[in-house]
Amino acid sequence: MSMFRSYLKAQAFHEGRAQPSATVRHVHLSHAPLVFVPLRMAGEAAAPLGAMVGCDRAAPTLLVVPQPRNRELRFAFATELAAVVLPYIERFAGETETVEAKTPYERCLDAPQILVPNPRGVAFSRLLGRSTRFRRTSGPYAVPPSVPAFGQWLTFLAERAEHAGSSMFLAMTDVLAAHWVTGQSGVEDGTLAALLAWIAPPAGSTGHEAAAESEDPTRTPPAGPDTDPEFDRKVLQPAIDAYDASGSPERVEEALRRHLQPTWDLMWRAVDLLRGLPEAAGVSGRWERDRTALAREVARLGENPTPQGRWDSPVAAARRLAALEIAQQTYEAARAFDDPLAMAEYRVEGAAFAGEVVAVEADRRIVPPGGKRAVPRPLVTVRTGDPVRLAPGTRVFSPARRTQRKAEIVSVAGDTVTIQINDGMGQGREPAPGSVPSLGEVVCYTDLDPGGGRTPPLPALSDTPWTHGGPPEPYVPTDEDAQESWS
Amino acid sequence: MSRLDALRGPTPPLDHNARSIAALAANPACDRRAVLDAVGVDKNLMAVHLGYSAQFGQSPFAVVRTRQFEEIVRAGGGAGLLPLLREALGLSIDTARWESADESADEGGGESAEEGAGEAHAVRHTRTEALVARAAGDPGTAVVLDRLLLRLDVAGHEVHLEPGVLVFQAGERFHVVTIKPFAVVDGQAETGRVSAAAREAAVYVHAMRALLVRMGLAPDRVSHDVVLVCPENFSNVPTASLLDVRRELSVLAWQLARLTRIDRILDGLPSGLSLDLRIEAGVPTRPAADLDEAVSGIAARYAPECLSACEMAYFCRAEARSGGALDALGRAVRDDLGGVETVGAAIGLATGTRTATAGEQGVAERLRHIRKIYQETVAQETVA
Ligand code: SF4
Repeated sequence: MSMFRSYLKAQAFHEGRAQPSATVRHVHLSHAPLVFVPLRMAGEAAAPLGAMVGCDRAAPTLLVVPQPRNRELRFAFATELAAVVLPYIERFAGETETVEAKTPYERCLDAPQILVPNPRGVAFSRLLGRSTRFRRTSGPYAVPPSVPAFGQWLTFLAERAEHAGSSMFLAMTDVLAAHWVTGQSGVEDGTLAALLAWIAPPAGSTGHEAAAESEDPTRTPPAGPDTDPEFDRKVLQPAIDAYDASGSPERVEEALRRHLQPTWDLMWRAVDLLRGLPEAAGVSGRWERDRTALAREVARLGENPTPQGRWDSPVAAARRLAALEIAQQTYEAARAFDDPLAMAEYRVEGAAFAGEVVAVEADRRIVPPGGKRAVPRPLVTVRTGDPVRLAPGTRVFSPARRTQRKAEIVSVAGDTVTIQINDGMGQGREPAPGSVPSLGEVVCYTDLDPGGGRTPPLPALSDTPWTHGGPPEPYVPTDEDAQESWS
Repeated sequence: MSRLDALRGPTPPLDHNARSIAALAANPACDRRAVLDAVGVDKNLMAVHLGYSAQFGQSPFAVVRTRQFEEIVRAGGGAGLLPLLREALGLSIDTARWESADESADEGGGESAEEGAGEAHAVRHTRTEALVARAAGDPGTAVVLDRLLLRLDVAGHEVHLEPGVLVFQAGERFHVVTIKPFAVVDGQAETGRVSAAAREAAVYVHAMRALLVRMGLAPDRVSHDVVLVCPENFSNVPTASLLDVRRELSVLAWQLARLTRIDRILDGLPSGLSLDLRIEAGVPTRPAADLDEAVSGIAARYAPECLSACEMAYFCRAEARSGGALDALGRAVRDDLGGVETVGAAIGLATGTRTATAGEQGVAERLRHIRKIYQETVAQETVA
């Protein structure tokens, strides 16, 4: 946590209301996202118990496994869930455009967006994908073709969810906590109901009161995938017993509907709240990347529809980690560039500063080291109240002039910082109008680089050195994987 | 009657378990927990009686699953366990003896008989020592020791550790074997659960080593590699992996050493203090307000981590919040705000309504700066 966020927490506690930590929405929000609230059976890694799923808040699809220990019923659940989710994904997978670039590439026109309540929902979905993607459609334990297809898509989406800035598969508590700071601790923020209670308490109550009320599991059941132990004991166990005795799933359905409905409603309230925020400038570019990733997965499935393997090869794993790290850095920088509140956090830490321009030498020309001709190198002096921790020589960037990528700090003296502009001033003798900040203008500079992030040099997969196991063998489906028990 | 007995009243004390010791050690500055645990109070019952909801209830499904998996691993006198141990530890043994320190457990008896609890403990502990001594003296024979009753010195006070693991000896080495019901999928398990398992196993390694030292044996005969037995992938089939708990061991030792000696805490408590719930026919009858006052008299050190570690968490959280303690928002918040204790003080410094003490000057300046740019930014955005 940073001091900025810690202050906001104290302020939220003091006011009894969450404090916005963003002025814009940093995630893409679809017109009709697919909300997915899964439940699993306690004590099991990936035994589904039920789910509420759908794109229409008024008409969720309720799926239940009336006897979660029954393997057949689990696959029936997977089949029913696939019947909802697959058509939703395939709607987007089919429509692509070719993007003109040095190497033209395919991109889907739009992409699916699946929202789950919390990160555990993502982790559970990943396991659900893992437990279904290897299944075969013929031979022993055959399943309908939709089951492994669904498993592969879930695996793909759960993998994308790890990329900062991707919006195809989001955990709602993470998204909300990225836009508001509450007056409770991070532990409590993991609960969707308590988080929303602070962000939008019912009229007349404070965040404190609303959050306290939301902690009663009989009124607000946990958002899953784990259920409340008391619910398991008092409601679910007898309902499952009733199913075992009568063969009728009615009681289990009723129990799970009541357990899921409050979270379903909260998910859509959260969607409404997020819709109230204007979209950040960088969102559409990041969504384009999601659309490209989707097209790539479609192409992969078209060429070789075998499921993703169980393990990454060392080089693939290293590449993946590097890609995740870059995604994280670029996303954080982009957030700050798109949102003065996000930038404020960096200003507090001294990694950014804002202030009024108090002196400009716009016509300054120097002969750069190693050069022959004098070129424009204007100096801009900014007075700031921020505690600048950037040393002379640091390359800095400004949200207001994003094409300038070479400005650098020349000196820091007291509360003034002098910057030299090195590029982005046009071809003329004089800097192009507007390319150099003018006297009195309020500017902001930082060493965060939203355009940064180069892939570190890693060998191509086919060049994996023998010390790292040599080039990875592609995954070959096995009977064992296909028939793996799911007990 | 000792001071602890006086605090407890007539209710028999609860045993410690690895989870509770790990949790106690994790918050060494909390006198309240130290006292309640030393006294052996049922903290869950206490919290409920004080009006806070129960914590750490277990789903019946999880209970069944845990039991089933334990049964699978222990089936046939450990017949299925041996190959797993062999593989995990790279051994080439064919058989291992199975011995239990609690003979009554086989007949479904236990240590529940209230009067005999102390006695039963003594018997089992003696047997534990005998079993460990015999195993240590005969390193050539592989043996699995079950239901050992280990002792541990916690804050200068000897406690019994509920048996929760197996101990395996082959060659010169003892290994703690812990059976957990969470799945290992493609070689990976939930990190939170693995680290909890490692912290708990470290408590047993620590206690085993203490036992060897008392018996005049070298403590490093107990390995820091713990054998973790979990279901593999989505099945019920057990798989074993080694868990290096060296880090957890040194953290535990450091934390245990930091615990204030319990008698020093007790000396500071008002005389006549009682933590007795006055249980009659299984139901606490002491007036809650009276109990509340008694518990509140022992200093606590709440942090949000308590929510997953201590049964008293909701009680202590309410207390911390009512005082506006920054700790309720997370230790990191308090650390960020450099020693300021309460929300009121932090806001006071930020708005300038509170005069900063000499030590608060730096924080106050930063808080005023944050408040200023936050307000400016929000105001600009609402205009725009
Ligand atoms: S919940 Fe209370 S008693 Fe328990 S460790 Fe935390 S502060 Fe101490």
